[in-house]
Amino acid sequence: MKVLLGIGGSDDSLHALERTVERAVSAGDDLTVAVVENPDSPRSPEEVVARAEEVLADAALEAEIRRVEGDPGSRLVEIAESEGFDIIALGGGQTSPMGKINLGSIAQFVLLNATTSVTLVR
Amino acid sequence: MTPARFPDDVAEPFPEPPLSFEDREGRVIEIRGYDGSDAEHEALAEMYDAFDPADRAQGIPPSQPAAVRDWLDTILADDCLNVIAWHGDDAAGHATLVPDEDAYELAIFVLQEYQEAGIGTRLMKALLGYGQAEGIRKVWLTVERWNRAAVALYKKIGFETSNAESFELEMAIRLNGDADD
Repeated sequence: MKVLLGIGGSDDSLHALERTVERAVSAGDDLTVAVVENPDSPRSPEEVVARAEEVLADAALEAEIRRVEGDPGSRLVEIAESEGFDIIALGGGQTSPMGKINLGSIAQFVLLNATTSVTLVR
Repeated sequence: MTPARFPDDVAEPFPEPPLSFEDREGRVIEIRGYDGSDAEHEALAEMYDAFDPADRAQGIPPSQPAAVRDWLDTILADDCLNVIAWHGDDAAGHATLVPDEDAYELAIFVLQEYQEAGIGTRLMKALLGYGQAEGIRKVWLTVERWNRAAVALYKKIGFETSNAESFELEMAIRLNGDADD
């Protein structure tokens, strides 16, 4: 499958990076990693790109890493539709100290607007 | 995840636990702060084991017994505030305040057979009364939008909507003054 992984640097997005790369290796997915600008992220896009390079290298997986500027949710939906991706994968939400799952604003936008399937990685 | 804004006004004083009352089904319910004992811990775990999964919210309570116990270990820690509604030795409901940055996140659960009997309102007020007595200033929660009964209850108690832009509604209340934020 042609998979577009959108990550902005929040903890759940980095977890999604690792899991999606693992899956791509075992399933033979054609993966593109889109590094978006998440204003809630504690990490800069440069740090996120570096992390993605590291995870891909460890898994010996070839995948494009692309910096995506502008509104993260709408840009991911647009890229998925215009470039024929089968699925958008995203972090599955942050968990509060109490244990409640809260979906991020990017995931909410993508879920409501994407015409492709969306995977939220837990 | 703590809200950026809290209400300016301080909420009314709430009753402090322990307290007891008769619910709308004629059951005598006692609300007490969690005493830290293994017995109360286990009674709560049993309440959550019996909890209807359809009433879960945003992943809590967990559905598997082992996960329930891990979760309780977290929210029954010393830096959290917990009140339990008792019907005899059975836990009927539970409400908790868990610290997150400079505020506390609230959650409340009432076992299905004890719902719609006035226990949730009393439990909520008792937890906020406990929080006021402990000097807690800011409390917030998230609630699923479609859960109109819960949203109405929180509003009646004094919570104000602090963020309406997510799937879940975020609401906040100020329990004590003497703060510059």
